[in-house]
Amino acid sequence: MLHTGRVLALLAALTIPSIIAAQTYPNTKDPRSLLKPGRLDGDTVTSNMRLVSFSQKPAVFDSARGLTFINSDLAFRDKYVYQGNFAGFTIWDVSDPAKPKVVSAVSCITSQGDPSIYGNLLFLSAEGGGNRNDCAKGGVKDPRDHMAGVRIYDVSDPANPRLVKNVQTCKGSHTHTIVPHYKDRNIIYIYVSGSQAARPDSIVPGCKNGDDPADETNSLYRLDVIKVDVRHPEKAEVVTGARIFTGLDPAPLSSARQAAAAARAGDTTRRAPTRTTGPRNCHDVTAYPSAKLLAGACGSYGLLVDISNPEKPKRLAAKADTNFSLWHTAVFSNDGKKVVFTDEWGGGTSPMCQANSMLEMGGNTILTIDKNKQYKQHAYFKIPSAQTAEENCVSHNGGLIPVPGRDIMVQGWYQGGVSVMDFSNADDPKELAYFDRGAIDPPPGVDVPVTASPGGRGRATIGGSWGAYYWNGYIYSSELDRGFDILELTPSEHLSKNEIEAAKLVRFAEYNPQSQPKIEWPAAFVVVRAYLDQLVRNQGLAAERTTAIASALDAAEAQTGSARRNALNALAKNVDRDVKGAKDPERVKAMSAAIKALAKATTQ
Amino acid sequence: MAILAAASDTAAAQHAGHGGNIKVPAGAIYTVADVEFMQGMIAHHAQAIHMSRMAEAHKASPRLLKLATKIDQSQVAEIRIMQQWLRDNGQAAPDTSSWRTMTMAGMLTDAQLKALDAAIGTEFDRMFLELMIQHHEGALQMVKDLFATPGAGQEVDVNVFANDVVTVQTAEIGAMRQMLAQLPNK
Repeated sequence: MLHTGRVLALLAALTIPSIIAAQTYPNTKDPRSLLKPGRLDGDTVTSNMRLVSFSQKPAVFDSARGLTFINSDLAFRDKYVYQGNFAGFTIWDVSDPAKPKVVSAVSCITSQGDPSIYGNLLFLSAEGGGNRNDCAKGGVKDPRDHMAGVRIYDVSDPANPRLVKNVQTCKGSHTHTIVPHYKDRNIIYIYVSGSQAARPDSIVPGCKNGDDPADETNSLYRLDVIKVDVRHPEKAEVVTGARIFTGLDPAPLSSARQAAAAARAGDTTRRAPTRTTGPRNCHDVTAYPSAKLLAGACGSYGLLVDISNPEKPKRLAAKADTNFSLWHTAVFSNDGKKVVFTDEWGGGTSPMCQANSMLEMGGNTILTIDKNKQYKQHAYFKIPSAQTAEENCVSHNGGLIPVPGRDIMVQGWYQGGVSVMDFSNADDPKELAYFDRGAIDPPPGVDVPVTASPGGRGRATIGGSWGAYYWNGYIYSSELDRGFDILELTPSEHLSKNEIEAAKLVRFAEYNPQSQPKIEWPAAFVVVRAYLDQLVRNQGLAAERTTAIASALDAAEAQTGSARRNALNALAKNVDRDVKGAKDPERVKAMSAAIKALAKATTQ
Repeated sequence: MAILAAASDTAAAQHAGHGGNIKVPAGAIYTVADVEFMQGMIAHHAQAIHMSRMAEAHKASPRLLKLATKIDQSQVAEIRIMQQWLRDNGQAAPDTSSWRTMTMAGMLTDAQLKALDAAIGTEFDRMFLELMIQHHEGALQMVKDLFATPGAGQEVDVNVFANDVVTVQTAEIGAMRQMLAQLPNK
């Protein structure tokens, strides 16, 4: 009863957003449309980025097409990139991004193998029906050998990772997300998104299926939460369930409506829905620990959750959009005021970026968070190229590119390639850069046989970018079928050299995209110039002023010590006076703050 | 024609409760139940596509039309995935007419189809949503049955596909219930 008002209020707020996207979609003249197909010899096209290196999958994962050996997500630490695979994982040494080296390729059947790294511990999501406790192939013979949950590896010796523990969860783990303990760095929580039904108590003790979201004992309507003490990973276990779905069940038919339905046109043609079908799992949740918020992409809803107490998360808001097939992943803007949600229409294995595919499905949508922590939906975004029927394509995983003053993210679109989107204006997102290859397979002939020979390849190979992330200066993309790509942004009218250089100053020793770090920029001339370039581009400040500021910055940089500091302080004062009267006062303010930070950081 | 005959045989075998003419090679990680699931789901999807393509002629609302297009486009793509999986494994792959000869959980009866065909405008919207929810729930049941069969649902492609069916169709049921709740009261 407690939640009735909330559900009704939510339903009342449901409308199809009236925004008409400005982008022309799709565009068959886009250079990405109709590239020559080929697994390794197809066409490649880039816009405002360059391919630094491409590495094929290690041979151990390259013995068959199909989903058995596809790569999945990425995690980053030190000089290593951890790449999940449905049959294990690869650790890449990326000290030289032009020549990544395989440090180890570990065989362990673990679909879908989404990784996270924390210190020396690597966590992998396992849910596939054939995943076994002992990692081996051949399938599960005894249900108690089925490993569905989170595997924990010790990777302190990256050449010899060691399986420490399989943490079984009731619903398995499609994805997972690290939520920190805010006081104790030795403790982390793992929020587990599992898409299966709960296993019986006889297989995993304590699990229970149930149709009632409010029943605190059912294992279905919750995210399992694993607590890990990094000093004792072998003791990691599920400690609680995040019950963030309670009260979210779509309103059932009223009894009056059910009666009316029963009275209409002969009962046999009618059947009122009987199952409860509200969300009972998230596909993915993204934590933003610095804001103590979590955005959940959960079935037919995008959720906003307070994680001030990681053991007792509280749902703050829920947004539905009947255009969205499947709320899939979320990325926060750095100020925590926007969330980009993706829709994995077609599950990632279907070609949903074709000329007749709909713009508002299978792409991104941008939500803003108001001061009452409620969501408001803004525009949709989808890559503007018309892809072929052989290219599985839909918006997928990504993360922010740390350009000061703008909200920019890079993401994978499977065989739609890698795309960079600016969502600074939630109503008008724009594409800034991309990388794409032709389809892996050419279109089939018209004479498709009824049956191919076993092991033959009739089907267009599933491939493309699972996820693309910016980390310490480069974009890393996990290619499902082909391998591993490293890309670098190049300057353009949309993104200046200074903006790219400012982004490169932001370094994270460890980066798990689903546990989003707060970006902070060091004091530097390029950071100031990044803001200045933006003010020139958007004419946010009069041209004579931007020219003068550019000269003043050059002059200050030519100085050293206190002379430089004094010059910068004087410049900041002038810029403060520019705020009033500027078309983009907020950006001028941000630039002034960056100049002051630079003055402060200037030593003798 | 060969496909249809094979599909009908399969359906008959299913009703009889055994694998019939389906042969699984030694050492394969998939089972007869996996093959039957993929074959049956093609028929199941095919009927959903048939229903979705009724929307325009029955003056569905723009919002419902969009949903119907979504179901159409999604399930056509999924049928390709299932057909290719079956072909790659040397199994008979039913086509989109198979819904007329195979009956799976949640599929509409002739009477229900007739009633849907007689509806127009808002009434079509309402009936489409109710029946498509029933239809989707049937798909969820099929997956449940698959995973309840010992040894089934382990081959990675089938496993991922079956899990996707659950995730996507559960979300779609949620969306359809939202739409249903917002239809004008009759």
